[in-house]
Amino acid sequence: MTQFVARRVLIAIPTLIAISLILFAILHFAPGDPFGQLALNPDIPPEVRLNLRKQLGIDDPLPLQYTRWVTQVAQGNWGYSFVSRVGVTTLIRQRLPTTLFIVGMSYLIAIPLAILIGVISAVKQYSWLDNVATTFAFLGISLPSFFTGLVFILIFSIWLRWLPFIYSTHLPGTGLTYLWELFKHAIMPIMVLALLEMASLTRFVRGAMLDVIGQDYVRTARAKGLTELRVIVKHAFRNALIPLVTILALDLPAIITGALITEQIFRVPGMGSLLINSLEAKDTPVVMFIVFTYAILVVIFTLIADILYGILDPRIKYA
Amino acid sequence: MAVRTSPTTELAARAEPVLRGRAHRTLWGDAFRQFRRHRMAMFGLVVFSLLVLATLIGPAIYPRPINDIDLAHKLQSPSLSHPFGTDDLGQDILARVLFGGRVSIAVGLAAMLISVMIGTLLGALAGFFGGFVDMVIMRLTEVMLSLPQLPLLLLVIYLFRDKLRHAVGPEMGIFLLIVVIIGGLAWMRVARLVRASFLSIREQEYIVAARSVGAGSGRLMLVHMLPNALSPVIVAASLGVASAILTESALSFLGLGFPPDLPTWGRILYDAKDRLDSAPYWALAPGICIFLAILSINFIGDGLRDALDPRRSSQ
Repeated sequence: MTQFVARRVLIAIPTLIAISLILFAILHFAPGDPFGQLALNPDIPPEVRLNLRKQLGIDDPLPLQYTRWVTQVAQGNWGYSFVSRVGVTTLIRQRLPTTLFIVGMSYLIAIPLAILIGVISAVKQYSWLDNVATTFAFLGISLPSFFTGLVFILIFSIWLRWLPFIYSTHLPGTGLTYLWELFKHAIMPIMVLALLEMASLTRFVRGAMLDVIGQDYVRTARAKGLTELRVIVKHAFRNALIPLVTILALDLPAIITGALITEQIFRVPGMGSLLINSLEAKDTPVVMFIVFTYAILVVIFTLIADILYGILDPRIKYA
Repeated sequence: MAVRTSPTTELAARAEPVLRGRAHRTLWGDAFRQFRRHRMAMFGLVVFSLLVLATLIGPAIYPRPINDIDLAHKLQSPSLSHPFGTDDLGQDILARVLFGGRVSIAVGLAAMLISVMIGTLLGALAGFFGGFVDMVIMRLTEVMLSLPQLPLLLLVIYLFRDKLRHAVGPEMGIFLLIVVIIGGLAWMRVARLVRASFLSIREQEYIVAARSVGAGSGRLMLVHMLPNALSPVIVAASLGVASAILTESALSFLGLGFPPDLPTWGRILYDAKDRLDSAPYWALAPGICIFLAILSINFIGDGLRDALDPRRSSQ
């Protein structure tokens, strides 16, 4: 097992190096200048500007910039944002909690519900519940988040006037009033994300369960006289979990890039809007942090998924 | 049809009445029958065809200018003269939605074609040659899958939009850029599917037979293997159209897609989003169109999967 993990980490290193090189090169060769705005500001003398450029090493050749970035990152230093000139990690620490809260809550709502509905849907295939769930899943998959978000705003903020449509991190009140305000601000973005995730996940759980339910060992379990609940939960569902783990491992790393579109609709000051602003301003250190962390998370979650396969199904060997 | 009557054809002719009850069956014929039985898929096909038809001939039947500014008639609710109302520049929303659909669907189809072509080529090479070629291609696939798609798209578009606009003109430039980038970042799934099929087909006897009569690598891949690997690709391709349309709409919604004088559904939604309170109809028209397009394509894809996947077709 230790050997398996060690080998997988070693294999991942060249992949990660390739990813960082590609990103760095794209950012380097792209037109645009993170100091474009600064150059237009008459209050800043050119010497200061040049000094700053030199300090951050923006005009150095690509190999030099890249090696400097790698050595810094290896020491745990992600550098300074070109635009706001604070440490990248400070910037992330301001934004990440909001995104973790919104995206995390949406997963906490979506995953259990999707599993429950998906399993029941598969067990009672073609029942009215299955038909309703399938219809809703198809509607949910086909409703892009930018449209659901706007419809939610239209219904709950404009027609009913129940909820604010701009997310705020500076909420009034303390204790229960604060929680109530937080709920009112966060419920729409959370629900938009949860609905989207739930729709595709329900379909997926249903498919995985249907594949499993027809297997011989499920019939054997029934023939042994086990209760239906036990057959479904312990024998069928456990095996249906394997594809589910795969799909979740692919979905969860997105937590670091934030919900780009949903954050934009509700003006949530999270990782998604930070990423968009940094891309706009060609703020290499910040972009590199977010995208590279995403790649690392993909590697980690894939590894976790592979380990979970072995736990869920003892026949799978770590090789 | 055999020209000479041989004993076997005579036999077959005599057996004909017995077999008449069963129609002549082919793989594609079976798939089509299976597809037609899928009610939601047929519904999807009808809706999507109607949408395509509307965007193709709609602008001819409803010839309103899409870019004429008429501030005297801005933000009007739907009426007889403007069935979907007008936007903040007095432009007719129905005309813009019809024209926008043309661009949105064209982007979806073109991006899908690009991703299927890249994916099939790379997947076929990896599965056919194996060894070092396979390792390099699969490593590349893995790298591409470890990159977050939407941020990467945004990155490339932010950075190269202006360059391309200067090179090939604003409209064609942005169309090419968006199609190539969406397609170029979505081929990984197809590559994996094609590779998996090729790996198993490679070991089949008919491939050995074809090889032994002297078929070259290119012929083997194109004539003997590719047709047998197509089913999962067709399903992935149909769903690929939906995701390409969604991606384009998302880009336009972030203000990064097409310029305002070349409307797409996503772009109209982007323009409408700040007027939700006074003109909700403006956002609803393109939003419902995107929804219907994606829904119908998803149904078609589901039907195709049931029709083409032998594991799933129960009958």
